[in-house]
Amino acid sequence: MLEIKNLHATVDGKPILKGVDLIVPAGEVHAIMGPNGAGKSTLSYVLAGREGYEVTEGTATFRGRDLLAMEPEERAAAGMFLAFQYPVEIPGVTNMTFLKTALNALRKGRGEKELDAMQFLKLVRAKTKELGMSEEMLKRAVNVGFSGGEKKRNEVLQMAVLDPAFCLLDETDSGLDIDALRIVADGVNALRGPDRAMLVITHYQRLLDYIVPDKVHVLAGGRIARTGGKELALELEEKGYAEFGAAEAA
Amino acid sequence: MTTTSTAQSSAQSPAQSSAQPYLDQHGRIADDLPGAGLPWLDRLRLEGIGRFSRSGFPTTRTEAWKYTNLRDLARTAFVPAATKPTIGLDLLPTVVPSGESPHRLVFVDGRLRADLCSVGDLPPGAILTGLAAALDRHPDLVATHLGQVSPDEGGPMRALNTAFLADGLVLALDPGVRLERPVEAVFVGIGAEQPTMHHPRVLIVAGRGSEATVVEHHVGLGTGAYFSNVVTEAVVEDGARLHHYKIQAEGAEAFHVSTLVARLGAEASYDNFVLTMGGRLSRNELRPFLGGSGTECRLSGAYMVSGTQHADTTTVIDHAVPRCTSREVYKGVIDGAARAVFQGKIIVRPDAQKTDGYQLNRALLLSDAAEIDSKPELEIYADDVKCSHGATAGELDDDQLFYLRARGIDAASARNLLVAAFLLEALDEIRVETVRDAFADRVRDWLAAGRPTV
Repeated sequence: MLEIKNLHATVDGKPILKGVDLIVPAGEVHAIMGPNGAGKSTLSYVLAGREGYEVTEGTATFRGRDLLAMEPEERAAAGMFLAFQYPVEIPGVTNMTFLKTALNALRKGRGEKELDAMQFLKLVRAKTKELGMSEEMLKRAVNVGFSGGEKKRNEVLQMAVLDPAFCLLDETDSGLDIDALRIVADGVNALRGPDRAMLVITHYQRLLDYIVPDKVHVLAGGRIARTGGKELALELEEKGYAEFGAAEAA
Repeated sequence: MTTTSTAQSSAQSPAQSSAQPYLDQHGRIADDLPGAGLPWLDRLRLEGIGRFSRSGFPTTRTEAWKYTNLRDLARTAFVPAATKPTIGLDLLPTVVPSGESPHRLVFVDGRLRADLCSVGDLPPGAILTGLAAALDRHPDLVATHLGQVSPDEGGPMRALNTAFLADGLVLALDPGVRLERPVEAVFVGIGAEQPTMHHPRVLIVAGRGSEATVVEHHVGLGTGAYFSNVVTEAVVEDGARLHHYKIQAEGAEAFHVSTLVARLGAEASYDNFVLTMGGRLSRNELRPFLGGSGTECRLSGAYMVSGTQHADTTTVIDHAVPRCTSREVYKGVIDGAARAVFQGKIIVRPDAQKTDGYQLNRALLLSDAAEIDSKPELEIYADDVKCSHGATAGELDDDQLFYLRARGIDAASARNLLVAAFLLEALDEIRVETVRDAFADRVRDWLAAGRPTV
């Protein structure tokens, strides 16, 4: 589903990604682990199309299309979803309006009929219930005054409503206590399926106890330094990232 | 009637020469203005043209007009409107849901058009009529208040309005009278080939304990220039509540200069909201005088300008007595090479202990060429007061934009969503729900229409 070849990217002229190769097929969940500063967040922003992240070499093909040539909204319409490490607060825009605008934009992009207010309400209520969230959160401004856990849960709610083909989870575990982590992980696991792929970016192995990956990649020095099964995560937990030549910051 | 001053000495100042055409015109038409021959009104008008002919149009050398240049206005030759154009009722804006009948007066080029009005049923003790008619039928009411509301004589624009005042809205409520439905005044300016001017005068007298909502619409038809110089005088007596809202959606070439003076009694409540979107140059000057203790005054507004528009909001809140509250919330969006001005002055006189004043102006700049000049000013002579002000100017937040786009919302829609959220926050200040909803629709229409950038 996603094929990345020799990807190089710079931020403010500084090389961060130095030749990433990665293939994530449909139906699989891959994890990317690595020391701080290895380029994990840069990779997620490059894939989502954030300005200021310049690709200098390499390709990323998503469902047969050139991902890097697309605007962020086009990538979303193609099925790419980034769950943000730091979800953004948007005062004055309710969660409901935001979700409805986004869903209908995506449906329009896919050539599907837009949902009317009633249809949308029915859908979003069902998803909210599945995630154990209160409907009151829908009426609040996007992420404004949300706790860390609520923000992450809100990301998963968006993921559930927007129904993307590819989920890119950037440090979804950061700032979560164990209960919140479990709820978020349950939400993510509910979305696993043969037609969907996921890339879970995390510093710690902890999240992978709950979202069990098919493959684990170590990103270090701007490249995939090693790839293994889920047991690789446990090994990294034990030994740290020292062998990958990066200073362990955490 | 003759004019008092000819101001035609050889050493005419530039200010005086800018006033000369108005002086000439006044001499020609004064005798035909409504109410001409009423001694008090003749005197008022003469004082008006006298003051204006001495001062001319304000220049940027005057502190109160530092950021708003009326040069182009002063250079344009305006004439009083002569024709009576046909206007479809469906073109007239309203905040009242269809099916309900508003109390509505319509003015075209400054003059009441009875054929377009629907005053509707009013409770006993309420007068709603045009000013020209009121001079005929309620001369004492008008004589008592017209030109008498403000403790000061006012600047050149107020003087010019007084000199030429011909028509406008008069609303008077006896003590305790409450109007259930809003009063709407629609002022239509016709931008014809020959630039015209009008000087609408609005007089609102809310007796003790009365309550009303007044919505002014200022709209333009046609593409030419015109000059609307509005003065509103409002008296809000003890315990009365006046909700006063306005949409300024004048034509693209129009000049709109508006001055409000209000005198508020004890335990009264006055709330004003102005949505500024039209006109080539507009000035919205509000001067409430808080003369009775325990009164609440709220001034707020939203301005959205683009192209080369200029929109000035100037407020002077005068706290003269103890225990009054004033609150100001203004938010504006400036696109293209447009420019907005906010001058907010709060005066707290020595007797006005326990004053609570709050002022906020936030501007969102959507282009590099957009400009905001913000000048808060506190003049405090009492020691036991709470006054704060804040002004911010910024751009759209890149993080917010990316977040929306990453969810599939295209860049233009994402920007509109954020701009709407920014402006609609100011609209929360409007206390009457139907008005708030109608104004919010206008904000969304403006965003959906796409704005000229330069």
